[in-house]
Amino acid sequence: MSELQQNKKCSDKVSGIRETVDVCVVGAGHAGCEAALACARMGLETVIFTVSVDSIALMPCNPNVGGSSKGHLVREVDALGGEMGKNIDKTFIQSKMLNTSKGPAVHSLRAQADKADYTREMRRVLENQEHLTIKQAEICELLWEDEEDGKKKITGVKTFTGAVYEAKAVVLCTGTYLKARCLCGEAITQTGPNGLMAANHLTDSLINLGIEIRRFKTGTPARMDKRSIDFSKMEEQFGDERVVPFSFSTDPETVQKEQISCWLTYTNERTHEIIRANLDRSPIYAGVIEGTGPRYCPSIEDKVVKFADKERHQVFIEPEGLHTNEMYVGGMSSSLPEDVQLAMYRTVPGLEHCKIVRNAYAIEYDCINPNQLYPTLAFKNIDGLFAAGQFNGSSGYEEAAAQGIIAGINAGRFVQQKEQITIDRSQGYIGVLIDDLVTKENFEPYRMMTSRAEYRLLLRQDNADLRLRRIGYEVGLVTKEQYEDLLDKEEKIQKEIERLHNTKIGANKKIQDFLEGHGSAPLKTAVSLAEIICRPELNYELIAEIDPERPPLRYDIAEQAEINIKYDGYIKRQLKQVEQFKKIEKKKIPKLIDYDDVPSLRIEARQKLKKYRPVSVGQASRISGVSPADISVLLIYLESYDYSRENSENSKNGIEE
Amino acid sequence: MSSSDTIAAIATALSDSGIGIVRVSGKKAIEIVNRIYRSKEKDRDGNDLPIKSLFDYKSHTIHYGFIYDGDELLDEVMVAIMKAPNSFTMEDTVEIDCHGGVLVTNRILEAVIRHGARIAEPGEFTKRAFLNGRIDLSKAEAIIDLIHAKSEFALKSSVKQLKGSVSDAVRKLREEILFEIAHIESALDDPEHISLEGYPQQLSVKVDDMQKRVDRLLATSKNGKLLKEGINTVILGKPNAGKSSLLNLLVGEERAIVTNIAGTTRDALEETISLNGIILNVIDTAGIRDAQDVVEQIGVDRAKKYAMDADLIIYVVDSSVSLDESDEEIIKLMKEKKTIVLLNKTDLNTVVDEDELRSKISQIYEHLSDGTDISGDEFDFTVIRTSVKENVGMQQFEETIRNMFFQGEISFNDEVYITNMRHKEALLDTKNSLEMVKKSLLDDMPEDFYSIDLMSAYASLGTIIGEEVGEDLVNEIFSKFCMGK
Repeated sequence: MSELQQNKKCSDKVSGIRETVDVCVVGAGHAGCEAALACARMGLETVIFTVSVDSIALMPCNPNVGGSSKGHLVREVDALGGEMGKNIDKTFIQSKMLNTSKGPAVHSLRAQADKADYTREMRRVLENQEHLTIKQAEICELLWEDEEDGKKKITGVKTFTGAVYEAKAVVLCTGTYLKARCLCGEAITQTGPNGLMAANHLTDSLINLGIEIRRFKTGTPARMDKRSIDFSKMEEQFGDERVVPFSFSTDPETVQKEQISCWLTYTNERTHEIIRANLDRSPIYAGVIEGTGPRYCPSIEDKVVKFADKERHQVFIEPEGLHTNEMYVGGMSSSLPEDVQLAMYRTVPGLEHCKIVRNAYAIEYDCINPNQLYPTLAFKNIDGLFAAGQFNGSSGYEEAAAQGIIAGINAGRFVQQKEQITIDRSQGYIGVLIDDLVTKENFEPYRMMTSRAEYRLLLRQDNADLRLRRIGYEVGLVTKEQYEDLLDKEEKIQKEIERLHNTKIGANKKIQDFLEGHGSAPLKTAVSLAEIICRPELNYELIAEIDPERPPLRYDIAEQAEINIKYDGYIKRQLKQVEQFKKIEKKKIPKLIDYDDVPSLRIEARQKLKKYRPVSVGQASRISGVSPADISVLLIYLESYDYSRENSENSKNGIEE
Repeated sequence: MSSSDTIAAIATALSDSGIGIVRVSGKKAIEIVNRIYRSKEKDRDGNDLPIKSLFDYKSHTIHYGFIYDGDELLDEVMVAIMKAPNSFTMEDTVEIDCHGGVLVTNRILEAVIRHGARIAEPGEFTKRAFLNGRIDLSKAEAIIDLIHAKSEFALKSSVKQLKGSVSDAVRKLREEILFEIAHIESALDDPEHISLEGYPQQLSVKVDDMQKRVDRLLATSKNGKLLKEGINTVILGKPNAGKSSLLNLLVGEERAIVTNIAGTTRDALEETISLNGIILNVIDTAGIRDAQDVVEQIGVDRAKKYAMDADLIIYVVDSSVSLDESDEEIIKLMKEKKTIVLLNKTDLNTVVDEDELRSKISQIYEHLSDGTDISGDEFDFTVIRTSVKENVGMQQFEETIRNMFFQGEISFNDEVYITNMRHKEALLDTKNSLEMVKKSLLDDMPEDFYSIDLMSAYASLGTIIGEEVGEDLVNEIFSKFCMGK
């Protein structure tokens, strides 16, 4: 059957069911859950569609939430009023703050989740959310009508069974399910992750709408039976003694509980030999896979080929939950055939007698080139259509959730006819993530990294609430009480910073003894407590004994005061850079601009600008192939631009002014 | 694209006019110039008025004073102040009219940059004028093309100016910096796979080496500048020794006032001469002698000053007159300078010959060095017998200058040269960033802090060879470091 016939068949079905809602969310993974919750919490009638209600917020790959830079995203989602942080706080079985030996900007939380609990808890939240309906159905068609200006407007969705849901906005969060294909060596199945049903119809409808589709791939390692593993040959990896919760609303006392260990082992030369000998049976190396895979998440085949001089690679054995014997084999994802997998795993110390519960596999799926989206995650050419998550060419649960909440908020505000919101690169990792997706060329599933955030000293996981709670409150996802807490916190931080600057200590014996005791140079004249905190060998906590006037402060307030004082010079430098950045970011480019009218643009720049249609001069400057000279030209052109023809357009489709 | 910076540039073509204007525009224009400017104003009775700050002056006024670089006097200048919005750019603007020719104008620009301005992009003054609403639409369309052409040209020409060896050196340095950033960043992103144990110590050693290489590149900027902007040459000699005649002969036209009355050249004249492809910026000075006239005294002082800054001294000796104290003064100025001594007026009755001159110089050497060991480096000169009037010895003079270049007196071969002011500025930025890295290492700051400064160094170096940062880092991380899961 040709694709067209299949599509037609789907379109022709009529079930007689016809409902009208505000927002439809297609997919109930990490993006879909946040999007649907945001809309429903904003008071909009929302339906979330999933091919399987049992797979809501499924974690089909690694059993963790957070990690370097991803932990930042979870905190930011939480600050905006999202659910991921709260959900992992309820269901984690081990937690660690990574990078604690490094600067505060790169401290990052990572927790092991009980996967089943995580799914169950999120499902419970969705099921009990007012204005939210869960519907198990495959969406096979988007409904739309043409608008006067040649654009299209979304009117609803249609299920495989023919039911029609009319909606003002639709959020696409299809993850890896579109035309999904799983590969395990020569064995190929047309299924989504974990053998779930793929969604084979929607792609054609998207193409009919004029959306550009691409194909990406990713992969996951095998799961093993815990009873078949010899842990005595591995290094035990414990969680932190004192657990820090992800959510700003979680009481830290509630997350101090018994934790489960992970285990570390290594591949060796024998492992690598087996892989090398069987490369011709790998679908990637044999050229069977056409999708682009992620470089940060290489299969073990890739690692062995690319880093041939490395004698061993780390393998993390992580529990998938409290009530299962399945163990995740981190670091050894593969698409080699089953027999090669087993032989290769069995060369690893501790895995000599392992039994595989689920084979490793690679998965290919349809997604979009996200440069078709505005930084609001709305499609540029289709009113009312939004997209988030792996569908946008990203990877990772956290990246999905981060886009989900933004797409949800903006879909909701579209329905409410309110101005769209954008998080910019100086406000959060969410801003960096989305800006990178919609502005830069991505050739692989996009993963968040701290090195991508140019203002990262300001975008710390410890201050996500200070950065984003206000926005969460404005859109209606953060309560008044939480917001007032924030204001109170801000005030207390400021007061404490001032107090530390204004409190002077003299060069008396007690102080000198204290300093000597901590290997710190003695004072010559009186200095402020702030100056003392700035000394590398000292910190806020240590100097408590020479600071008798110190008020009792919550840990997170003292922490902010300390970081702001200790890293003041660096923070100020970044703030200055942000000031520059904001200036050019604020210069908006009118939606109706015709780049053919702009004289003197180089051809490459003109083509790129036409393709990306950046919303601001700042965004334009980040497009590869647009030079500083082109930006000058554009700025000059904009000075004389007649904005009067834009007014109606902006109020309708709102880009922030 | 930072329109809040204060920008500066030389507004006149760098040529033989002898007068250059350094234009400074932006919020801090007045503040920056004020830091290097000292007023010199007199009341009606000729008494010095107290030193005034530029902030005290009204807009659209011009003031006489001096520009200092630290304690060193660079030039006497006229400073024009135009306050926002009543200037071309509609920002605070200061124009410094300098009189000292190419070298001094450049040094004044450098001083302005060191005190907080940055070099203007091509067309940036015009761009600001437009963006601030100074120029109307009809003019705008025309300058769009101009800006484009200029900036493209500037990039191309400055990249072209770089010898292969410079871009190679910069590229190599950049690659190494990127590798270090990628190492740190991959460890930050994947702390369980990549460790930074003992890394700060290793990095510290590497940064030392990088700093040395940046310094070496910076050091060449002087030689590079000689090549591009010319060798600053000063003609010294007693009044009426034939200095102006020599200049006229070299230039080929009567520019300096030549009379036989001693002291007719009251101010320095500057000419740019191409000598078989080597550019000489020749400054003719007032003859050095014990001047009575105050105005002339200024000229004499300045001559001494030029001599100190010069790359090459041409000392014209009137061989028909005996050596005296003025000659001693000049010989003292030759210390540590490359010098050509022209024994001039050989067409007249010779009173001073080469032997006498050499023994005089030796005598002054010994006196200056207090009898200690005299190394040839301190006084480095060639004596040529000439008659400028009769054009005798001029060929030998030209050859000597050429030899000084091609035989390694001033070497231009096989070395890395930084010739462009913009490049020099980028190198200084790189140097600053690397210093920040060292400071953070010394302060025991965590790795993620100094990786930011390493990135700045990487970006600054990129501007020299016209490369942007883009996805370089992410690509480097994935290609050089084996990341996790």
